[in-house]
Amino acid sequence: MDVFLQQLINGLSLGGIYALIALGYTMVYGIIELINFAHGDVYTLGTFFSLAILTLLGVTGVVTGPALILVVAVTIIGAMILCGLTGVIIERLAYRRLRNAPKLAPLITAIGMSFILENLMLYWRGPSPVSFPAVIPNPDVVLGSVTIQAKQIMVILLAIVLMLVLQVFVYNTKLGKAMRATAQDKDAAQLMGININTTIALTFLIGSALAGAAGFVSGVYYGSTWFLNGFAAGLKAFTAAVLGGIGNLAGAMLGGFLIGLTEAMTTQFISDQWSNVVVFTVLVLVLIFRPSGLLGESLPNKV
Amino acid sequence: MTVRLPAPLRTPIGQAALAFAVAIALPFIGHNGGFTNFLADAGAFVLLALGLNIVVGFAGLLDLGYAAFFAIGSYAFAMLASPQFGIHLPFWVLLFVASGIAAVFGILLGAPTLRLRGDYLAIVTLGFGEIVPQTFLNLAQWTGGPNGIGSLDQPTIGSYKFGFDALPYYFMVLGLIALAVWLANNMRASRLGRAWMAIREDELAAAHMGINTTATKLAAFAMGASFSGLAGCALASKLQLVSPDQFGFNVSVFILAMLVLGGMGNIPGVIVGSLILSALERFILPQGTNFLHGLGFTSVDLSNSRFLIYGVILVMMMLFRPEGLIPSRQRKAELHAADDDATVAAHEQTLYTEAVR
Repeated sequence: MDVFLQQLINGLSLGGIYALIALGYTMVYGIIELINFAHGDVYTLGTFFSLAILTLLGVTGVVTGPALILVVAVTIIGAMILCGLTGVIIERLAYRRLRNAPKLAPLITAIGMSFILENLMLYWRGPSPVSFPAVIPNPDVVLGSVTIQAKQIMVILLAIVLMLVLQVFVYNTKLGKAMRATAQDKDAAQLMGININTTIALTFLIGSALAGAAGFVSGVYYGSTWFLNGFAAGLKAFTAAVLGGIGNLAGAMLGGFLIGLTEAMTTQFISDQWSNVVVFTVLVLVLIFRPSGLLGESLPNKV
Repeated sequence: MTVRLPAPLRTPIGQAALAFAVAIALPFIGHNGGFTNFLADAGAFVLLALGLNIVVGFAGLLDLGYAAFFAIGSYAFAMLASPQFGIHLPFWVLLFVASGIAAVFGILLGAPTLRLRGDYLAIVTLGFGEIVPQTFLNLAQWTGGPNGIGSLDQPTIGSYKFGFDALPYYFMVLGLIALAVWLANNMRASRLGRAWMAIREDELAAAHMGINTTATKLAAFAMGASFSGLAGCALASKLQLVSPDQFGFNVSVFILAMLVLGGMGNIPGVIVGSLILSALERFILPQGTNFLHGLGFTSVDLSNSRFLIYGVILVMMMLFRPEGLIPSRQRKAELHAADDDATVAAHEQTLYTEAVR
């Protein structure tokens, strides 16, 4: 039971990371029906950007006191801005021209972008794992036999806060309304005076910025990263988005936490080696039995 | 001035025969073991590209885990023709057994997922491509784990053993390519092939025309996978080894890039694209590196950039020449449908103006 509770905490913190990445997949899919394969690599880029910012700030280990909040805030915001811009550039260079092309073309382009990003990171930081400073001090909260690390609390809190902000943005602002309108019907949205190019770019900006935040968090959480980190994480986050119902923001969060829990439980009760296999099986099962996901509504095929 | 080819070479069959004759002569031109070795490996990748072409090029299903079927075919051969279990079935039987097993896995993966929309298929195959090598890695008691399975049986014909020279393997691969080209070409023109292309162009319309889309797509998956089984046997018997690291996502993307470069759906295009990328990997990048070293850029190693180059090829081709270097006429028309609409509209406008005048 204690082991179970401990893994519950671990799973929720992992899930927070997946949920943040899944939001980017689900937003982009919702608006242009593209699986953005490069999204997982934007997340890895987020970790490397955070690392670069921390190096600039001269941070190499634990930070305490008020400086901690400042360092964390500056790093997260910096990583979010840089990743957001990366996402916008990718959309502008690669995907925009293919918006009306046959479906296969943007998908193949997305695979190509993913390869390009991975290899640019390979040039930048080399092929071996790069260590990430343990910024967050470690006053563990001990509840009975369960230990909750400070960084786990940070992951979960940050994920929830960012999701709430996103929810408010999408449902209570004019730009959010434009995004939802564009997702429903691009042509009609354009006729209503919405600039769909700007709106789609904004979607990429926000989705990639969330991946940037996830990148920082994962750096702190795992203590290292490498250039291919985003491949498996991206696959899991996409599974989370599908599980929750693709295109559905609350679904992506729910799916993220569920996938995180699944992975933690698999690691504990089966074996670390099989966690990818289990997550992938979940993806296939969801696609077979409930392709619209837990919270999604089923859509008829568009002609 | 146009050069007119002699009459027999103006037909596709004549051109194919000429290409085949050149391919037979190639290893004797160089008298170079390394070159023959390259040809045999490149030939196996031509087989893989031809198989993936059925799935992606003909049926329009984006399969990002094609290397998984290649892995299954290779491991099936390795387990049934090595000291691993002490089973030594004849190579020529295994060739068909392995491609049959790969085809069965194609159906097993396809059956639950092919009813889904195309882009979900891409991610499921991507996941499958990750899982299969990992499973082979994890099941160490049967597969030898990270070391893989070694000392595989060599093919024999009567009392002739293939041995370690690449030449007999090259001729075998060439024969398999001829078989694959013949099969793919005939299938393309068959009822099944036309159904694949109908699905590629508009799945909903194809279903309304009475095509059983799930069965048709499954057939594409099974056929594509069976080609990779052939390639798996050929390459595994030549290398005498299978190991999980030969079948990563990079391999799937490498093969996809061959199709995209050469021209999806067009058999000659796919073969040319495949040969270009194999040559790029084996000769052009190392030579380019040497050249740059000669110029003083000694820290540059272009071989490290090959995946970057595949990524750039995928993006650039999709943006600027989605039909590939050697396109099939049909595919080109499809991918440029929007331009054609504009052309047609302009043409009609001219006709209208003339009529009014």
